[in-house]
Amino acid sequence: MNAVWAMARRDLLLALRRQSEVLTALFFFVIVCSLFPLGIGPEPALLRKIAPGVLWVAALLATLLGLPRLFAADHQDGTLEQMALSPSSLGLLVAGKVLAHWLVSGLPLVLLAPVLGIQFDLAPDALLVLVIALLLGTPLLSLIGAIGAALTLGVRGGGVLLALLVLPLYVPALIFGAGAVEAHIAGMAYAGHLSLLGAMLAVAVFFAPWATTAALRIALES
Amino acid sequence: MNPSTRTPTAHPLSRWLFHYASPPVFYPLAGRLMPWFWALAALFGVAGLYVSFFVAPTDAVQGEAYRIIFVHVPASWMSMFIYLVMAFWAAVGLVFNTRLSGMMAQALAPTGALMAVLSLWTGSLWGKPMWGTWWVWDARLTSELILAFLYIGFIALQASIDDARRADKAGAILALVGVVNVPVIYFSVKWWNTLHQGASVSMTKSPSMAQTMLWGMLLMALCFWMYAIAVALTRVRAIILEREAATDWVKHALE
Repeated sequence: MNAVWAMARRDLLLALRRQSEVLTALFFFVIVCSLFPLGIGPEPALLRKIAPGVLWVAALLATLLGLPRLFAADHQDGTLEQMALSPSSLGLLVAGKVLAHWLVSGLPLVLLAPVLGIQFDLAPDALLVLVIALLLGTPLLSLIGAIGAALTLGVRGGGVLLALLVLPLYVPALIFGAGAVEAHIAGMAYAGHLSLLGAMLAVAVFFAPWATTAALRIALES
Repeated sequence: MNPSTRTPTAHPLSRWLFHYASPPVFYPLAGRLMPWFWALAALFGVAGLYVSFFVAPTDAVQGEAYRIIFVHVPASWMSMFIYLVMAFWAAVGLVFNTRLSGMMAQALAPTGALMAVLSLWTGSLWGKPMWGTWWVWDARLTSELILAFLYIGFIALQASIDDARRADKAGAILALVGVVNVPVIYFSVKWWNTLHQGASVSMTKSPSMAQTMLWGMLLMALCFWMYAIAVALTRVRAIILEREAATDWVKHALE
């Protein structure tokens, strides 16, 4: 586990040294969310209805923005090869990197979402459900995204390709994440949605670093 | 065609399989098999189209427009089945490190994507007269759409990696991640769908089909199978030639 923390700590430190990259994705999230009321109109009832979906889709896109950088710099300067050769398992190191990626690009979205939710006239308890859903869902987005980032490492047109590969795989997270908030607004039980998100997260925590490692080894071979 | 044997070289069956896993050996074999599958595809196609257009009765509820299902249902089946076959070859390629498996997966992907698009297209042609709308966010339609996206992602990933071996392996991982996700996507879309809309459109409550309709669909399904195999063999031959262009046997084979 030490390897996970050490790797996460290193990546967080690097992110702190280059804060603009982190903030860009965050402002992207804010701007995309603010565009929807401008495009659709300011009726509170309509905004309340579309809020969960809009916030979640914006969160997916904002997560996507940071993904190409997940392995690119380490790949370029050869750090990734050293990681693959190091005695600690590459899977754990990858898990550390994904953890750092979530702390940098996922967690701020979770914290910012209630503020944007207020713009959409969401009730306080709906905001709470939104935060819990995002708290379970954004790590899932980082984990699945890491597989795509590893597969497209050093590939022509990597960024757009990454979106093409990863977005269809985000569909279940989007459905249950936005669904939890919608169910709560409609007065239905939302615990099932959150449980399913949690289940998917548990599966992804186990399998995604493993698949990412396999993809990274392929990228390093050639 | 089933390399499920656990011992790589000892068993005669696996020796036979690995023998044909070599591109120079498989190339002429595919060439010999190909005309048969094309012929069978044409045969089943003609028979299936004849049954579905001239023999099968007009549906009491849906009229003549229902006849699109003879294309639609086989296309939907094939789109899902080909993804499984593709993931199977991808897994074989990763486990046994055989070159041909990756080529096979690459050869299957465009056909699978075609089937998914065909299924969506014919589905909306059917939906317009039946439900009065081209598109419904029904669970099956939506998951078929996402399946089409997965195919396109696979093709795009393979196309953008120049090194063929890396393209195969990266594609294999993507196909396997996709195959794990397909059931998750299907069920999530299904539950999402029941949450959102009531029973506005029910596709599961189909009336029992006439015997001849079933025959027509079966023949068309066989035609699609044979077509998929034939086109995959044709394409895999082209891929083999392309990748092995520098070798001597290709120069001899093309003389």
